[in-house]
Amino acid sequence: MRRADVCVVQIAECFRDDADILCNPIGISPIIGGRLAKATFANEVVMTDAVSVLAANIIPLGDETAERVVESYVPYRTIFDIVWSGRRHVMMGATQIDQFGNQNIAAIGGYEQPKAQLLGLRGAPGNLINHRTSYWIPKHSTRSFVKGVDVVSGPGYDKMRSLGAPSNKYHDVHRVVSNLGVFDFLTPDNRMRIVSVHPGVSVEEIREHTEFEIEIPEILEESRFPTEIEIDLIKSIDPDGLRYSEVDDE
Amino acid sequence: MPNKILTEEEIISEIKDGMTIGVGGWGSRRKPMSLVRAIIRAGIKDLTIVSYGGPEIGLLSATGQLRRAVYGFVSLDSIPLEPHFRIARQTKSIIASEFDEGAFYLGLLAAAHRVPFYPTRAGLGSDMLNMNPDLELVTSPYADESGEYEKLVAIPAFEIDVSLIHMNRADKAGNGQFLGPDLFFDDLFAMAAKKTFMSCESIVETENFPTYGSVHTLKIPRIFIDGVIEAPLGAHFTECPPDYGRDEEFQKLYASTAKDTELWNKFKSQFLDLGSHSEYLKSLDSFKESQ
Repeated sequence: MRRADVCVVQIAECFRDDADILCNPIGISPIIGGRLAKATFANEVVMTDAVSVLAANIIPLGDETAERVVESYVPYRTIFDIVWSGRRHVMMGATQIDQFGNQNIAAIGGYEQPKAQLLGLRGAPGNLINHRTSYWIPKHSTRSFVKGVDVVSGPGYDKMRSLGAPSNKYHDVHRVVSNLGVFDFLTPDNRMRIVSVHPGVSVEEIREHTEFEIEIPEILEESRFPTEIEIDLIKSIDPDGLRYSEVDDE
Repeated sequence: MPNKILTEEEIISEIKDGMTIGVGGWGSRRKPMSLVRAIIRAGIKDLTIVSYGGPEIGLLSATGQLRRAVYGFVSLDSIPLEPHFRIARQTKSIIASEFDEGAFYLGLLAAAHRVPFYPTRAGLGSDMLNMNPDLELVTSPYADESGEYEKLVAIPAFEIDVSLIHMNRADKAGNGQFLGPDLFFDDLFAMAAKKTFMSCESIVETENFPTYGSVHTLKIPRIFIDGVIEAPLGAHFTECPPDYGRDEEFQKLYASTAKDTELWNKFKSQFLDLGSHSEYLKSLDSFKESQ
């Protein structure tokens, strides 16, 4: 059992309670985890084939020739309509995330004249204010789990508190999955807290790799191992083992 | 029906220094590249580009013709970060007006519908509002279920002088047909601009449209088109399915020129400093033969 497989299962777990929504994971491990959830405990969600249709069947990662059972046509314009309808749970990456869940994928060194221009805001501002969002961060470090983000692409709970109701009514940062553990914001002031540590990871290790003070729950869970059925499914979704290129084993 | 077929020269004569140009397509997909190269050839400057950005923003930054970019993102898809655009941002050589991807759609839609703005929640709480200090909020005139008057971001209508789009098929009257998986926002670009010019892979007889695709593919009505030009491989090196995919090798070559002036100069003389789109195709052919 390798760390990447545990991560994929924990990504899938983010979508466990979802039904009749667009499950929209972005990135290698998120797509594997999302498809795993759809193949097992979240089979009422719909997913794109990464081009322009919703595919009812489970497609192997990056297989452009795989047969698709097309259940609906969703060009980009329809994706935005779905975002605004709220029937969507996105999982995005984050170059930086802070303790309230503010996410930066835009730029390092500010937006005026960035030291490093990254992806930009992309759809993050609209995603966060309209529907549930989770994050996947394959390299948990003091550079990615930071005290303050350089640019706010996806706003976190502190920004939503100052914004107030009713504008913040659909904001919902569900979970953050990293290569070290799983995190949520279910604390009185919505600061990030540990949900579970991956097998072989200590709380100390997470603290050392996090620039801000992270909340530790009274009862600390360990992230579960995949079941045999899940292992087979993960292999069929990611036959080339691309997930291992994203996650180090230690 | 009218005949709106124009030459490249006739189209380019409609584009002046300082204009705002809408560019259809998405990232490195079905971009009107032959017309972008024609703009480069003509040396038109101080341009503002409005687009779901791809190589048109990178190229016009690299040639120094771009003053401002208004965009939902700038990407080459298979190369997620557009390298020439990155340099332009990091050296602050262009003015950047960055929008949430969905909010950008509303700027086009507002322009297409001739209303001053469309409201959205997108941007509230994020740095989008700080990055665009001209963006204003509006308060809903209607109370919600709890008696609150919600504040929303007013995305202004994009003012576009000329839009350029590329279609798979068109007729000489200016009706356009897309045959790939996504129209993107090309119909809105056409409606949003004062004038729109459309290149296409081939000009066909109107009555032959159904042999290429269903009525659902006929999404560009001629009332929004001021000129049409046949440009086979006109979207190269971006993709234009089902006619051709993205030229990944060529795109890699283009991307590699961002960090090496010598490579850029060579690329420019080989593929940009040419007299016409047909010369580009010839240069591309001999480049492919030499590979």
